[in-house]
Amino acid sequence: MSAAVPLHLAVALDGAGWHPAAWRAPHARPAELFRPGYWVDLVREAERGLLDLVTIEDSLGPQSSRRDGHDDRTDQVRGRLDAVLVAARVAPLTRHIGLVPTATVTHTEPFHISKAIATLDYVSNGRAGWRAQVSGRPDEAAHFGRRTIPPFRIDDLDTPEVQDLLGELFDEAADHIEVVRRLWDSWEDDAEIRDAATGRFIDRDKLHYIDFKGPKFSVKGPSITPRPPQGQPPVSALAHGGIAYRLGARGADIVYVTPSDAAHGAEIVREIRAEQAVAGRAGETVHVFADLVVFLGDTPAAARDRKARLDDLAGAAFASDATVFTGTPQGLADLLVEWRGAGLTGFRLRPGTLPDDLEAITRALVPELQERGAFRRGYEATTLRGLLGLPRPANRYATGSDDEQAP
Amino acid sequence: MSKPRKQIHLAAHFPGVNNTTVWSDPRSGSHIEFGSFVRLAQTAERAKFDFFFLAEGLRLREQAGRIYDLDVVGRPDTFTVLAALAAVTDRLGLAGTINSTFNEPYEVARQFASLDHLSGGRAAWNVVTSWDAFTGENFRRGGFLAEQDRYSRATQFLQAATELFDSWPESRIPADPDRGLFVEDPRIGSFSHRDAHFDIAGRFTVPRGPQGRPVILQAGDSDGGREFAARTADAIFSRHGTLEAGQAFYSDVKRRLPAYGRTPEQLLVLPAATFALGDTDADAQEKAAVIRRQQISGQTALRLLEQLWNRDLSGYDPDGPLPEVDPDLGDAHIARGRASVRMHRDPLATAREWRERATAGNLSIRDLIIEVSGRQTFIGTAATVADRIDDLVQRDAADGFILVPHVTPDGLDEFADTVVPLLQERGVFRTEYTGETLREHLGLSVPAVSGAAR
Repeated sequence: MSAAVPLHLAVALDGAGWHPAAWRAPHARPAELFRPGYWVDLVREAERGLLDLVTIEDSLGPQSSRRDGHDDRTDQVRGRLDAVLVAARVAPLTRHIGLVPTATVTHTEPFHISKAIATLDYVSNGRAGWRAQVSGRPDEAAHFGRRTIPPFRIDDLDTPEVQDLLGELFDEAADHIEVVRRLWDSWEDDAEIRDAATGRFIDRDKLHYIDFKGPKFSVKGPSITPRPPQGQPPVSALAHGGIAYRLGARGADIVYVTPSDAAHGAEIVREIRAEQAVAGRAGETVHVFADLVVFLGDTPAAARDRKARLDDLAGAAFASDATVFTGTPQGLADLLVEWRGAGLTGFRLRPGTLPDDLEAITRALVPELQERGAFRRGYEATTLRGLLGLPRPANRYATGSDDEQAP
Repeated sequence: MSKPRKQIHLAAHFPGVNNTTVWSDPRSGSHIEFGSFVRLAQTAERAKFDFFFLAEGLRLREQAGRIYDLDVVGRPDTFTVLAALAAVTDRLGLAGTINSTFNEPYEVARQFASLDHLSGGRAAWNVVTSWDAFTGENFRRGGFLAEQDRYSRATQFLQAATELFDSWPESRIPADPDRGLFVEDPRIGSFSHRDAHFDIAGRFTVPRGPQGRPVILQAGDSDGGREFAARTADAIFSRHGTLEAGQAFYSDVKRRLPAYGRTPEQLLVLPAATFALGDTDADAQEKAAVIRRQQISGQTALRLLEQLWNRDLSGYDPDGPLPEVDPDLGDAHIARGRASVRMHRDPLATAREWRERATAGNLSIRDLIIEVSGRQTFIGTAATVADRIDDLVQRDAADGFILVPHVTPDGLDEFADTVVPLLQERGVFRTEYTGETLREHLGLSVPAVSGAAR
């Protein structure tokens, strides 16, 4: 792939950063994690760096170092605000950057999520996205009391029982995304007519029942919220393996993946492209962004030292599902350019600490990538779809009115 | 009178999906673009209003099997708009309707607690109930609730949400890097709630917000609704804005409070009201009449009449007499997705009464609907309206009003510029915000952590 294709860059915001001891770093603002100013500052910083988007992590239960329940730890950040609301709170105070909150699909109503993301698109003038997240946690299920999810261990991942459970959760997620998308299309763009002559505010023939029926739920539609500015705000999902790659290939515009190196990245990209073809979306742009946790410093030693101090505070070496990069912004630029060759179209960087690693990204990594012609020097579009090179999609229900009658 | 003059509370309702909103007015802007919400909210804040209020709908209304198209259709998500408005306002309360039937307590409590943090203590929740299968068709759970269960679910929903709000006292976040202690209590946020509607337990993720809990608003005129409000609400929306009906409602709900260990000032009565202002009272009357004709077109009159008659009346002339046939008492209702339809408990009696009124006044269908669908409206010069509002509040017909402009988004401007200064001159309305949070504006204290969650 030619060096002329610029890569896309996202930053994943979570608490005080992705290291469990990040909140104890010298520049951390741990007492402000529940205050709006903290989030405004972070997203504005990301926007100064011309990033495509920020994601905002969330879950329907507190953070835990265990995957089967609470860990009762007091030495790590616990608790967070609703990510969609954080994104909405930030939206009027930013202008260009995409805002991609996480919202869980397993326990929520697709109708609510559809109108929430559509509304985020309205309040941000076309900069909304959504990270759809599956919850397989028994403790989160207990917060809703409508279903039980049995505990399972990562070691049991390949057993038929766990595979069945995951299959069910991911199929439900695919249905959820499908419903959200259909609801976005349930109003044609020109449905509001305000025709004083006939007294009609809308042309109801341009509103559509989606009539979705699936094994877990059915939804009638149409949405109460008109089609959002982007038509379809970009949908994204984190994926670590086959079943999740399939979900991303079926329903997402961006899949975040966790390769261990460039070769692994190429393998993942091949797998997702194959699933995309199976899903009948071979012709559509589905971005594959590699996730990396980053600890940056002026020298490799400085970055290592900084991470080592945090590891000491945490009492354990930091481990992650994603590859951990520790080094200089120049070194990270080298890696990103190398990995891009694997067919990855962008990266979602998870700052080890906030705001330090975010500022290293915006103030050192970005200029470095710009020097190499690998990153934008100014925002070239006003919508998130525009930044991602995604066209505004046609409405699946459009009744083919005047503007589509071109010869 | 030796009684000190009561301070008036005022709120602004973003006009929505009913015929009150005159979308055909040339000044009428978008009902969905964020700029309209910003405009109305900033006007309300400039006028030192207590709060901005946003209603909700979860299914588009239908009549005779088709989507109702005569009124404004479409609205944004409540939480998302309010969180965004928190960025462009500083003091204004941000109140939203959220249905307790098609949501779950964990999620709603999280969203409201988040909104309270993100707005610096300005969140309010108008708790409403629903039960109908029609709305349920948009949700996982469908139309599962029997009508008589809606208040019991709402009561338990609010109880569960309160336990969640209280499960995490903010004081328990030392976030002390030196001691390595982010939270003090390893079981922070623990909750467990089991009743006929919910069986939930675990950990909440949001510490108590600046207001402790969001302000709870409630609307509902039935005995069950009034009791629910008396037990749980900080303010109640009512329809009764005239002196006598207002006083009756006011004394009724305030009388219910001691049974729950509450005092009269812990539940504010806030009727909704529209307004029409003019340079003279006669001028305002004329304007009001024009607005009413805009709100009730011939078509709208027929559609509203159909809701009582429960029949297709499209063959009738809106400028002609009422139908000779009686309302259809069948189970299937012609209008779906409207709470107001349930108010016609005895359609035959209402139809008889309407016929008598029409005959006595020689009223056409449209004239009659204009009369019977009228709601509390302040009509007159700014001085007349200020007088009237003050009088109703001082005589305990209300504690304040929720104003519904008939035009979006600048329909509040005239009121803010002319009526508010007069109320301020009288010393019955604030000239500056004295508090930071909505609870402070409303004179409500931060509630103690409830026993169940302590």
